[in-house]
Amino acid sequence: MAGAKNHDYHILPPSIHPFVGSMSALLAFGGLVMWMHEMPYGGIVSSIGWIGILYTFYAWWSDVVKEAQSGDHTPVVQLHLRYGMILFIASEVMFFVGWFWAFFDFSLFPVPLQVVDGAVEIIAGPNSVTQAAGQFPAKGLEVIDAFGFPLLNTLILLCSGTTVTWAHHALISNERGGKLTGLWGVIGVGENDNLKKGLWITIALGLLFSSIQIYEYAVAPFAFAGLNYSSAFYMATGFHGFHVFVGTIFLIVCLVRSYKGHFTPRQHFGFEAAAWYWHFVDVVWLFLFVAVYVWGGWGAPVHG
Amino acid sequence: MTTVAATHDHAHDHHDADHHPGFFARWFMSTNHKDIGTLYLIFAILAGIIGGGISGLMRAELAQPGIQYLTTWAAMVEGEGASIDQAYHLWNVLITAHGLIMVFFMVMPALIGGFGNWFIPIMIGAPDMAFPRMNNVSFWLLVPAFILLLGSAFVPGGTGLGAGTGWTVYAPLSTYGSQGPAVDMAIFSLHLAGASSIMGAINFITTIFNMRAPGMTLHKMPLFVWSVLVTAFLLLLALPVLAAAITMLLTDRNFGTTFFDPAGGGDPVLYQHLFWFFGHPEVYIMILPGFGIVSQIISTFSKKPIFGYLGMAYAMVAIGVVGFVVWAHHMFTTGLDVNTKMYFTAATMVIAVPTGIKIFSWIATMWGGSIRFTVPMVWSLGFIFMFTVGGVTGVVLANGGVDNYMHDTYYVVAHFHYVLSLGAVFSLFAGFTYWFAKMSGRHLNEFLGHLHFWVFFLGVNIIFFPMHFLGLQGMPRRYPDYPDAFAYWNEIASIGYAIMAGSMVIFFVNIAYAFLAGRKAEGNYWGEGATTLEWTLSSPPPFHQFETLPKID
Repeated sequence: MAGAKNHDYHILPPSIHPFVGSMSALLAFGGLVMWMHEMPYGGIVSSIGWIGILYTFYAWWSDVVKEAQSGDHTPVVQLHLRYGMILFIASEVMFFVGWFWAFFDFSLFPVPLQVVDGAVEIIAGPNSVTQAAGQFPAKGLEVIDAFGFPLLNTLILLCSGTTVTWAHHALISNERGGKLTGLWGVIGVGENDNLKKGLWITIALGLLFSSIQIYEYAVAPFAFAGLNYSSAFYMATGFHGFHVFVGTIFLIVCLVRSYKGHFTPRQHFGFEAAAWYWHFVDVVWLFLFVAVYVWGGWGAPVHG
Repeated sequence: MTTVAATHDHAHDHHDADHHPGFFARWFMSTNHKDIGTLYLIFAILAGIIGGGISGLMRAELAQPGIQYLTTWAAMVEGEGASIDQAYHLWNVLITAHGLIMVFFMVMPALIGGFGNWFIPIMIGAPDMAFPRMNNVSFWLLVPAFILLLGSAFVPGGTGLGAGTGWTVYAPLSTYGSQGPAVDMAIFSLHLAGASSIMGAINFITTIFNMRAPGMTLHKMPLFVWSVLVTAFLLLLALPVLAAAITMLLTDRNFGTTFFDPAGGGDPVLYQHLFWFFGHPEVYIMILPGFGIVSQIISTFSKKPIFGYLGMAYAMVAIGVVGFVVWAHHMFTTGLDVNTKMYFTAATMVIAVPTGIKIFSWIATMWGGSIRFTVPMVWSLGFIFMFTVGGVTGVVLANGGVDNYMHDTYYVVAHFHYVLSLGAVFSLFAGFTYWFAKMSGRHLNEFLGHLHFWVFFLGVNIIFFPMHFLGLQGMPRRYPDYPDAFAYWNEIASIGYAIMAGSMVIFFVNIAYAFLAGRKAEGNYWGEGATTLEWTLSSPPPFHQFETLPKID
């Protein structure tokens, strides 16, 4: 019996990545505390830690890719990965529930606030007992026009959801390769290679979304600090933006792997995980758009 | 897939059942569920010694009215000339550290990381966890988390050194009430411990759903597996909300957001909602694995299958589900309106139903059984008795109206220590004495085990039972001092601590005895009643078990 593995599970050799990653996390977060309290070397310590964490991500997932290529990912192990990714996304959903909870607390139970020349103050009540009526967002706050760039971004993300699905179908029906012609040929995409075309376009749309989001932050009519609306707005959309960034990197990894020919019509879980993640990010945005941009800013003066 | 399978024997040298890697690779780079489980258990014992030692400091201070030692201790950590406020702050640091350490670094790592890792794969007939490498990062993230928490005691946290916010980290005490890096370190500690637990939860759910041996249907799984499955779902869905809440604390503290600051329209009660949306499932996270362990042990030593198996399994599912919609019973005095209080009172009472199903099914399992009063069995019986006491005081506290009077008194402290220190911890000792010889291959001493149980039982009851009286008399929790009227029962509680501490000496002597002179254990040393799969293996099991998967009828 000894030595004969009669099952399809993946028994792994020892790995240093968890240990290195965890010790890096100590430096990253310890350094972050030092940096936030303006102690010397905080930034450097934290940076070293983050480099260690990023290295761990890279090395760890490189190992996973190698193991996938060498056949360790049997059908049952692929099923593990599916469960794992779905559960991870479920936990991410609950993370966003926390941010939406804050937003709805502020918007459904508004307090009497006004913004005068950028300063936040409480609106005095008619007398010392009775409060003034609550208002959300605060009186005098100019909000971002939901039907300008945010609507464009909604369309961009929805569109990117279709292009990533197009790429997936192309992969399943093995639409890869073909003659290198035209502009696609210049970047090594064959005329029949709808997998790479779809990925390229999805990534481009993701980058476009992020660029627009950064621009929107830069010209936003309200600051980050000092107000419930801006706190909830920036942290919720900011964490969403971070997830778009991560999802874009995930798709870029998939594009690189598709150039290397890693994905086959039968085994391509890395691609599917990226697609699931992208759809999750898309759905979060729809909720943000409807709840925060459209409903949350309803009736408030719109920034010209 | 078939083509790549042929080139697959490169890793076979790692598959030798008894081939151990070298010391560093085995303990720092582990991908073996049993070794990682051992690491978790060692970690939990170390954290338990620190967290338990802190409660010793607290009981010493509370033994008599007035300030006994706090000013001396404050002078030791803050330097000579520490003010009385710094001494009081030290008290807050002690209660904070005790709570966070016991919850996040003792009970959870021991029950879920330790016993869960060791026995979930074995009980379902799997060779390892679904994600063995991620399993190891779940453990190792606890180390920086613990270092950050312990380190926070040595940096400024407002009035004095350390984070003095209570384990709940309520705003605004934790925001502008606690300047300095200590609370930020505690927040990041919780972030890392949370990430560790979320990854652990993903691992357990995937393992249980996907790696059961042929024939091991969900309705045939041992109840300990069911308990960890439910626990893992609670972790997966509750912890991210805590992560969001403490991230809001972090940005409120450092980057000027006003989530919890009314000056910018923020809401301090929002923090409490977010915290307890996590915090209430968290208390079931701490007790459900204990339910599972006790179910295995009661069944083994009654030589009977558990009574009402399906009811037991789905009672845990029900507790898990309903546990998500009762959180505001921790917030009855925050000014909730009457209808909300009525809802949360009623919903909380509902939890008593599945809990009652469990208690009565354990008793019914023993009914007519051939009972053996082994050490794990007496711990389990103690668990049932003590947990029921804690459950009954919980029903009292669940009343929104009654809680107006009881809130933040020692009655609450007594209640949650009966379900945790006498519930979860009893189940820990039950599991430890049940499985120790399976894990180590050496038997503990039976007499020392019984002695430990009885002295511990006596000690913790003397600590915590008087707290009911103190609470009913109105003594508030979280203060280092009290009026003379409360002196009597406080002194008795502190004597109880000394008895409990003495029992822990017996426990550690027993472990040392087992390793030095303990009898070698055979595979199924409990004999006939022990029917789960770990008893089909040697003690300790081979480095990789079930290289041929077992078949379950």
